[in-house]
Amino acid sequence: MPLLDVQDLVKEFTRKRGILAPASVVHAVDGVSFSIEEGETFGLVGESGSGKTTTGRCILRLIEPTSGSVRFKGEDVLAFSRQRLREARRDMQIVFQDPYSSLNPRMRAGDIVEEPLIIHGVGAKPQRRARVAELFELVGLDPSQLTRYPHQFSGGQRQRIGLARALALNPSLVIADEPVSALDVSVQAQVINLLMDLQGRLKLTYLFIAHDLRLVRHICSRVAVMYLGKIVEMGKTEAIFAAPAHPYTRALLSAIPVPDPTAPRQRIVLDPASFRREAPLRDVGADHLAAV
Amino acid sequence: MSDQRDAQLAVGGSGRPAQPAALASFDESPVANRPPPLLSVEHLTTGFDIGGQFLPAVIDVSFHVRPAETLCLVGESGSGKSVTALSILRLVQRPGRIADGRILFRERDLRSLHERDMQKIRGAEIALIFQEPMTALNPVFTIGNQIEETLRVHGRATRRTARQKAIELLEAVSVPEPHKRVRDYPHQLSGGLRQRALIAMSLACEPALVIADEPTTALDVTIQAQILDLLRSLQQKMGLALLLITHDLGVVAEMADRVAVMYAGRIVEEAGVQELFADPRHPYTRGLMASIPGGAPGTRLQAIQGSVPPLGELPPGCSFTPRCPNRFDPCPTAHPGVTVFLPPGGGSHTSVESGGSHTDFHAASRGLRVRTEGPHTTRCYLYSDAVEPDVREAERS
Repeated sequence: MPLLDVQDLVKEFTRKRGILAPASVVHAVDGVSFSIEEGETFGLVGESGSGKTTTGRCILRLIEPTSGSVRFKGEDVLAFSRQRLREARRDMQIVFQDPYSSLNPRMRAGDIVEEPLIIHGVGAKPQRRARVAELFELVGLDPSQLTRYPHQFSGGQRQRIGLARALALNPSLVIADEPVSALDVSVQAQVINLLMDLQGRLKLTYLFIAHDLRLVRHICSRVAVMYLGKIVEMGKTEAIFAAPAHPYTRALLSAIPVPDPTAPRQRIVLDPASFRREAPLRDVGADHLAAV
Repeated sequence: MSDQRDAQLAVGGSGRPAQPAALASFDESPVANRPPPLLSVEHLTTGFDIGGQFLPAVIDVSFHVRPAETLCLVGESGSGKSVTALSILRLVQRPGRIADGRILFRERDLRSLHERDMQKIRGAEIALIFQEPMTALNPVFTIGNQIEETLRVHGRATRRTARQKAIELLEAVSVPEPHKRVRDYPHQLSGGLRQRALIAMSLACEPALVIADEPTTALDVTIQAQILDLLRSLQQKMGLALLLITHDLGVVAEMADRVAVMYAGRIVEEAGVQELFADPRHPYTRGLMASIPGGAPGTRLQAIQGSVPPLGELPPGCSFTPRCPNRFDPCPTAHPGVTVFLPPGGGSHTSVESGGSHTDFHAASRGLRVRTEGPHTTRCYLYSDAVEPDVREAERS
């Protein structure tokens, strides 16, 4: 049984155009299905507007999906009561993109990490403080910095605080939404290493949402490529990078700037007429699906 | 590493005055087809007066850009690359100020120009393209209005001809249906189209130099590819000199002729793009390259420990010392001078025509543009004559 199973997830947003004009419907997520095995790092890739972030948030019900099913450890997340959902969120956590806006600037770092423990009523004060110090060390922060405020940390350290907070309740699934895209390259690598270390130590499962294909190729075992609300290609990372089957995936891969001035450049421009939007995913190889 | 083959021309360890002499003599060597620099920045120091102290953001920075050439200024946030760009156009706002140095554009020192003359240069001769097109465009005017205003202010068009010229410019930057788009407001355009409109505006007066500060960072990768292709083709058509500021080494590899790597306000390494990627010398440059995900999937990335020091908190000596995996005795005491490496073969310029180097030949055979080569310089004690040769050798290996 997969840890997370998403079937036909749909999220529509209605947009009012004015008082008399009819409201228009935007299909942000348009029938997305995938599943993630325990211990896996699953990449959800796409450009802005592809629906990858909305998909991540629908899984946690931070946004209520319009239809579809989300099963976590076999249970239907969308049928959970408010009480049950709160319990379930101990086990499913999210790390946000921007370490500058996702931490409360008026709270001390230690309190930020402790907050989920308080909300979920875990332990008494001394145990909680001990757990916070342990989490600080886990993510490579110095526990002597517990009383500092977020602005006193660098971007990379702030993302470590966000990660410590997400790990406070021992989740099994972490949804990492562009966790390093706001960081400098040299610091990005530190945080990626940390994510990989923690996965090994804590048996974490990651849903890694990103637009950086180089990064996704490096850390994800399986990948789904999203385009305009749909998954257009999905499968083993190596298979997709070695032989992309969907025209959009090909265009996306060819657009990555290669850090080698002698590398030949062959830009593939996406021709929207080269594929049908409604085409269903079908097998194009071993553990490799494409909507062609 | 192939240090034996390099004629090493190390310039004194602490001597700032030694630098221009060495670089200048290098540049004066007879090289065919090399126009004089359009822009030369010499010993630029810019900083901020905060709390009664002068905190430098750009320290003793020197570089030049020739016509039709692309120089990439690479560095992470806080390295001083944007302040360098603003200094060139004299757009640094109080409490910031240029403290020292010369900025020569077409042999005029921009620092000593009257503000009125500087205004004529901004936009007309040197254009600036910002990272975020939404903040650089005025939301209450159509993009047509804004392009026309640029044209009229600099006397490039009359009220009657401006509209037609604006449409032509939008067409030149591949905006579809330019006669319709010219009437759109910025918010009606996608990010990619906004950046195209901004490029059209910056090219309106046919500038000789374009400074592009992270022009594609806010864009999706497929749109980034289109904008980079556009900049390159416009450069070839118009002979533009391009000073491209970026943190992405992938963009550097695609766009640059020469590269200057900045760290904590200083240029720590400068070289032709082929040379820099084939043989990075400074530990920071090597660290940057190693931290790009690329090796075997799932393996640890080679991160650089620590982070860029904030303004006013530069460590003593070489600013990179606390993060440097190669640091040794002299590093925390004084900042190293510039070491110049001559390109392979001892010549100062390699090209296919003159027999050329291996990489150039292969680049040309693949239909790539042959890059201009120049001296390869770095500021690091690993290569400095101020350090005993055997100590240097031991630290490097």
